Amino acid sequence: MTLLGQFALWAAFLLALWTAAVGFSGAWRGRPGLALAVRRGVYAILGALLVASAALWYGIVTHDFNIEYVAAYTSRNLPKPYLISAFWAGQKGSLLFWAAVLGIFAALAQALTPRRHHGLLPHVAAVTSVTTAFFVAVMLFGDSPFARLAFTPPDGRGLNPQLQNIGMVLHPPMLYLGYISITIPFAFAIAALLSRRLDAGWLGAIRKWTLVSWLFLSIGIVLGMWWAYVELGWGGYWAWDPVENASFLPWLTMTAFLHSVMIQEKRGMLKRWNVALIVATFLLSIFGTFITRSGVIASVHSFAQSGVGYFFLAFLVSAGILSFTLLYTRWPELEPESRLESTVSREAAFLFNNLLLVGIAFSVLWGTLFPILSEWLQGTKVTVGPPFFNRVNVPLGLLLLALTGIGPLIAWRKASAGNLKRQFAASAAVGLAVAAALLASGMRDGYAVAALTLAAFVGGTIVQEFWRGVRARQRMHGEPAPLALMRLVGRNRRRYGGYIVHVGIVLMFAAFAGMAFKVDQEATLRPGESVTVASPFGHELGFTHLGVSQYKALNRIVSAATVQVTRDGRPLGVMKSEKRQHVDSFDRPTFEPSTEVGILSGLREDIYVVYAGSVGGTEEAVYRFTVNPLVWWVWFAGGVLVFGGLVTMWPGASTPNERRQSQSGYEVPLAEVRS
Amino acid sequence: MKAGHKFLLGAVAIVAAVGFMIAQGVKETGVYFLTPTELAERTAADSSFLNAGVKVGAKVVPGSIRRDETSRQIDFLISDGVHQLPVSYHGLVPDTFTDQQEIEVIVEGRLGRDGVFQATDVLAKCGSRYEAVPGQQA
Repeated sequence: MTLLGQFALWAAFLLALWTAAVGFSGAWRGRPGLALAVRRGVYAILGALLVASAALWYGIVTHDFNIEYVAAYTSRNLPKPYLISAFWAGQKGSLLFWAAVLGIFAALAQALTPRRHHGLLPHVAAVTSVTTAFFVAVMLFGDSPFARLAFTPPDGRGLNPQLQNIGMVLHPPMLYLGYISITIPFAFAIAALLSRRLDAGWLGAIRKWTLVSWLFLSIGIVLGMWWAYVELGWGGYWAWDPVENASFLPWLTMTAFLHSVMIQEKRGMLKRWNVALIVATFLLSIFGTFITRSGVIASVHSFAQSGVGYFFLAFLVSAGILSFTLLYTRWPELEPESRLESTVSREAAFLFNNLLLVGIAFSVLWGTLFPILSEWLQGTKVTVGPPFFNRVNVPLGLLLLALTGIGPLIAWRKASAGNLKRQFAASAAVGLAVAAALLASGMRDGYAVAALTLAAFVGGTIVQEFWRGVRARQRMHGEPAPLALMRLVGRNRRRYGGYIVHVGIVLMFAAFAGMAFKVDQEATLRPGESVTVASPFGHELGFTHLGVSQYKALNRIVSAATVQVTRDGRPLGVMKSEKRQHVDSFDRPTFEPSTEVGILSGLREDIYVVYAGSVGGTEEAVYRFTVNPLVWWVWFAGGVLVFGGLVTMWPGASTPNERRQSQSGYEVPLAEVRS
Repeated sequence: MKAGHKFLLGAVAIVAAVGFMIAQGVKETGVYFLTPTELAERTAADSSFLNAGVKVGAKVVPGSIRRDETSRQIDFLISDGVHQLPVSYHGLVPDTFTDQQEIEVIVEGRLGRDGVFQATDVLAKCGSRYEAVPGQQA
């Protein structure tokens, strides 16, 4: 099967080169047959990549340990679901996964784009194919998933225990789907530049795609946070690690794009900026892959150091140079149609929102690359860590949070004093009341107070919007409130879906503020001994060590330590944390031992127990107890965010109202973009 | 003043603020990342360097870890092949931290006058973490 797989990769590579060459050459102009052939090339590439994927999957499922990849990431006793995730758990498999998914997206873009935009499609095919060709080339000339070993080991090494977690089954593919789907909007932008079809048409064609990428990136990031929290055992969900940062960067620029594109639709401004943002987002997604794979920056998440990174660096640099050169040659054709009229207007609020998002992205990029930059410039490596990122990004994030409340409500062109008062007076009062209450209750962390105050303000503006919308429907149509709410959201999905996303963001900021009050305590306890921790909500949590038990499970030997937890003397329950030694099917240990943390999650705080080992094989156990406030709300906010995103992109007929709203410069009704 | 100019002023202010915060942040939170040899050279040249917080990246010397679980104290040696540096740490270490093989660690802290590096943080990265070498086990 590896022969078939390798052959399929070559077929995909040659097909992609042909499609890209003909697509870019423009020889298909005036020759509909050739244009169609270019578009069909995309389907052929997909076919070849699916064959290659099936070949690898076959090797994994049949335990063909002669294939290096299968031996390195699976074993006979690996639970079934992880056989599936083994496909993308390692470097080589994830390259194939990437190429195959890009093939699927590229084919969908060809198949689903409405006829009106068909003039762009051969160029789109060229861009997606050249990207596919690159990924396939990395496999063919760098790191093939089908490489065979000189001998056949009786069993594989097995999957890293930290990857044996449902979060890790889902997190990488979600993130990859986000990264990969960015290629489609990028391809449309390049196609629009190449073919000089620079009206708002291409924006309409990619609207759904940008939302899809944004949604997958968001899901991937939140799942990654969740995985880090439950699996890595250091008690937090975000450490500003280079690989985490790399996933955050395209999310930031994509978020900026989703906002600035509205300004182009309504007012014909920011055309160059929008193209630049899409190009930057694509480059950052490739950069993210480069960081993850090259090992140029030390990270706990990175794949082992390998030469594959330099393929990515070369691709990144050439894609960047070519894209921005192309943008430069089309500069005069992207003249804005109108000018900013006031700094107190929706346009200005969105511009500032974009500047802040890009500013955050820049500082994160700078901090991530600083070890390399400082080594080049000064000859000494200097690193920056969480203190740097928090210092720079917390104030910027808070400004952005304030704009989340202001942007959607402030008037277009120029806001009058009356508009400002009508839209913001009530919410500002709510925010100030919350600030006063927090200060009165003794909270002294400035950033936390500011975050919660602004969250209350933004929350107020959103509630007000929903309230006014529902009231208007009740008056006009005599609908009962729940029905009015459903129809309000259903008929203005983009607007109210956006508000729901904002609710998610607000909740997330509030939850992040909670982490300022986390407490932890390490202790070495004999059975029966206990320790107390003062929780940030003023309770006294008691932990009594009960004992350590050992047993053998499916593919591991487990030492489980249990503690009795009490709050203010009342029992809360028994918590368990495990040390796991994974073994292969011959009972030999594989990998280092790993820790399974115990988490008791509540609306106000999580109790997080880590069993770090025993003293000399006795039942005397070493523990870390952590109290993490508001963590549950991070996951809940993630759910709200995703729900809001789904609402904005849910297909359905647009209403006359929506069409009227979108007439200036944005002619594509939602219905035509959907599948 | 025209709105465009006013906006430009605001934009320049934001860009300048971001730039300033980055510069300050790097200056005040940046930490040197050195090898044991570089650390030794630097402190030999300038003894005030002892007070600077640094990160040191090196490999754990196999068999050098001494643990006292009751007090959660760990002492070990790290080496870059030229220089050995004794490290002392109080706290919990990650699962990946072992001296079974030469694993890479990054320790953060400062070098004491007694020549022992007092670590406030220990990060361990095992080369075979996500990329196992099949031949070794089988």
